[in-house]
Amino acid sequence: MVLDALPLAESSNLLAAREQMAFTLAFHIVLSCLGVALPATILLANWLGVKKDDGAALELARRWSKAMAVTFAVGAVTGTVLSFEFGLLWPEFMDRFGAAFGVAFAIEGIFFFLEAIFLAIYIYGWKRLSPWAHFWSGVPMVITGIGGAFAVVAANSWMNQPQGFTLDAAGKVVDVEPLKVLFNPATGYEVPHMILAAYMVVGFLVASIYAVGMLKGRRDRLHRLGLVIPLTIACIATPVQLFVGDTAAREVADHQPAKFAAMECIEKTGDDQTEYLGGVCTSDGVKGAIGIPGLDSFLVGFSKDTTVTGLNDIPDDEEPPAHTMLHLAFDAMVGIGTALLALGAWFGFVWWKRRDIPRTPWFLRAVAVSGAGAIVALWCGWIVTEVGRQPWIVQGYMRTSEAVTDAKGIWFSFGLVLLLYAGLGTGAVLVLRSMSRRWREAGADPEGDTPYAPSAPTGRKYAYAEGNRPVDGGGS
Amino acid sequence: MSKADAAAAILWVGATFYALFGGADFGGGFWDLVAGWDERGERPREVIQRSLTPVWEANHVWLIFVLVVLWTAFPPAFSAIFSTLYVPIALAALGIVLRGAGFAFRKSIVGLRERRAMGATFAISSVLTPFFMGTVVGAIAAGNVPADGNGDAFSSWIQPLPLLIGAMFVASGAYLAAVFLVGDSRRAGDEEMERYFERRALGAAVVAGAFALAGLFALHSEARYVFDRLTAEGLPLVVVSLLCGAALLAVLLRGGRRPLRPLAAGAVIAVIWGWGVAQFPYLLPTSLRIDQAAAPDATMTIVFIVFAVAAVLVLPSLALLYTLAQKDLLEAEH
Repeated sequence: MVLDALPLAESSNLLAAREQMAFTLAFHIVLSCLGVALPATILLANWLGVKKDDGAALELARRWSKAMAVTFAVGAVTGTVLSFEFGLLWPEFMDRFGAAFGVAFAIEGIFFFLEAIFLAIYIYGWKRLSPWAHFWSGVPMVITGIGGAFAVVAANSWMNQPQGFTLDAAGKVVDVEPLKVLFNPATGYEVPHMILAAYMVVGFLVASIYAVGMLKGRRDRLHRLGLVIPLTIACIATPVQLFVGDTAAREVADHQPAKFAAMECIEKTGDDQTEYLGGVCTSDGVKGAIGIPGLDSFLVGFSKDTTVTGLNDIPDDEEPPAHTMLHLAFDAMVGIGTALLALGAWFGFVWWKRRDIPRTPWFLRAVAVSGAGAIVALWCGWIVTEVGRQPWIVQGYMRTSEAVTDAKGIWFSFGLVLLLYAGLGTGAVLVLRSMSRRWREAGADPEGDTPYAPSAPTGRKYAYAEGNRPVDGGGS
Repeated sequence: MSKADAAAAILWVGATFYALFGGADFGGGFWDLVAGWDERGERPREVIQRSLTPVWEANHVWLIFVLVVLWTAFPPAFSAIFSTLYVPIALAALGIVLRGAGFAFRKSIVGLRERRAMGATFAISSVLTPFFMGTVVGAIAAGNVPADGNGDAFSSWIQPLPLLIGAMFVASGAYLAAVFLVGDSRRAGDEEMERYFERRALGAAVVAGAFALAGLFALHSEARYVFDRLTAEGLPLVVVSLLCGAALLAVLLRGGRRPLRPLAAGAVIAVIWGWGVAQFPYLLPTSLRIDQAAAPDATMTIVFIVFAVAAVLVLPSLALLYTLAQKDLLEAEH
């Protein structure tokens, strides 16, 4: 009787730990997208500003870099939380496999270091560095952002398709092949999928902010550029993303059939599988979905004769949970991606025709929601990847239930994390909004000085001062 | 030296950098906390903020470096530490979030009340975070982390030695910060702030020394293995630390303008390496040796390569950042 209660206690820890990990990751992933893709967006505006002597572009770059100072700080601490959580929530996973997949994180550490250093130089170098020296000090951020994303996502790819290690009889890692760990079969599609996702999220998100401004009647050059620069980046990334995502889905079908069957709601193995859009997955098939006969088989193997594994061939204890959620998350991601592709095509066509954005407010409305849409698609993609891998933490080698901590109070810590992150998110949004309000109120000459022109060397306002304008010429 | 020992040395190098630079940043938060209300604390807070703003995030990355090297090169030790000391570690993580957010938000907002709230968040968590990190180190030194983890969640660190080491972490961070801020104020030609932080450096040095002495007594009763080695193999490093501390006190008391930073850094570096020597060959005294916890050779090779790349790319970049900051070429705008 007493023993019967034990698995319940364990599974309760497992659920709490998974929820906390999922929540903190969902929070951090948006910020890490900003860390990966915002630098390139800023530098594009910076380059335009310096090369073409375009004050509005330069002002955008400066504002975005100040916003990045805030988002990078929040991303740095939420990323630290994730690395603590590896040990706090999944100590057995780290104990057994740290020697293998830690390799990717060791490399990520270097990229993160360099990004933090050059980000600081770039963000705080606006006043006193020469324009081109300042521009080039920002370039390492772009490279290290991509490199860091590669390393972290390679670690996740390894969890999906682990390789490059030898276990002894006791299950201990006794040999590691680092290159095989880093370049596992999932790296090739997960890494570009995530980096493109970061560029899409940042592009659509930044553009959506200026679309809202334009809908409120702010139609100056600053807003136009603020919309066009990031939107162009996003619209270039989107079609590539759909191609990469399509490849990724086929790879998942090949290598992680349980994940694929769950996300496509395939109950029985066979050919001529129907592609279901929406609906609820049940053991008697999909309810309430739009079915396109044969399409699922066609998408997997370019022929409707392609056999696709169904959940009936997956052992019960290796089946991912929450099929309907996985299926809807996958559909939502693909649906939003397709809508964003259409938005990009519209923008691209009109721009090609008459070098301008579409005139209808419906275009601005569409851009205004595209940022939120891209973030939702990002989350959905991660739900498919992570929940779809369950019950495994390392596919085929270690179950998430074996990895979880025995520590007490995980539900309590999850509650605390929810409160803390609610405050963190609210704080970040309020700070960014107040910055944007100040810029607007200050008008065209926001800080009373221009980039690359040193202000008076002293007289910076002190930490608790009221008001925002530096007390110029204060002298000391 | 075996590969595992070399990896442990890399871990200690990372910990040294974090203690010096991350520690000084925490100390900056400590002086911010005790700087007094708005008007009185205005000047020192400005000096602290200006000195921390461009560098604190880069300094923070040393912590990530230490964590990553620990879990990659010595996975069982990482797992044992985290499954035992999860309470102080989680509290330190909480402090890291509040501190980073508080600092970043305070810089970017203008309302007085909001600034006060964010400043207090930053300052209080700057004291709590190193304290809990210190209890983790103290609990490890005391041998309270069993090799296979899952040690007692509370009695492992709520003991005199871990609590003393926690207090010592706070005090030595404050000491480092005060010394660094003396240098920053000198460079800015701000004599008033130079005197201000000199007095505080003196006070913090005395307090940190007192905690270190009390820590020695606690080591004697709670961590005999570490105590014995510290007073034998580690003795030269203890002496170096004492000499650096004494020399620094002498310079401060005589009011000279000799460089203080190397002495302050020397005192802290000697303590950290003294601790390393005292623990050797254990990662978790006396239950887990370095070689028992070591990852396979190929993993260690990657750790070495990463460390070499860090030495070639990261250290010069950091030097560039510090140089630009010291030359006032980086300006924190609001």
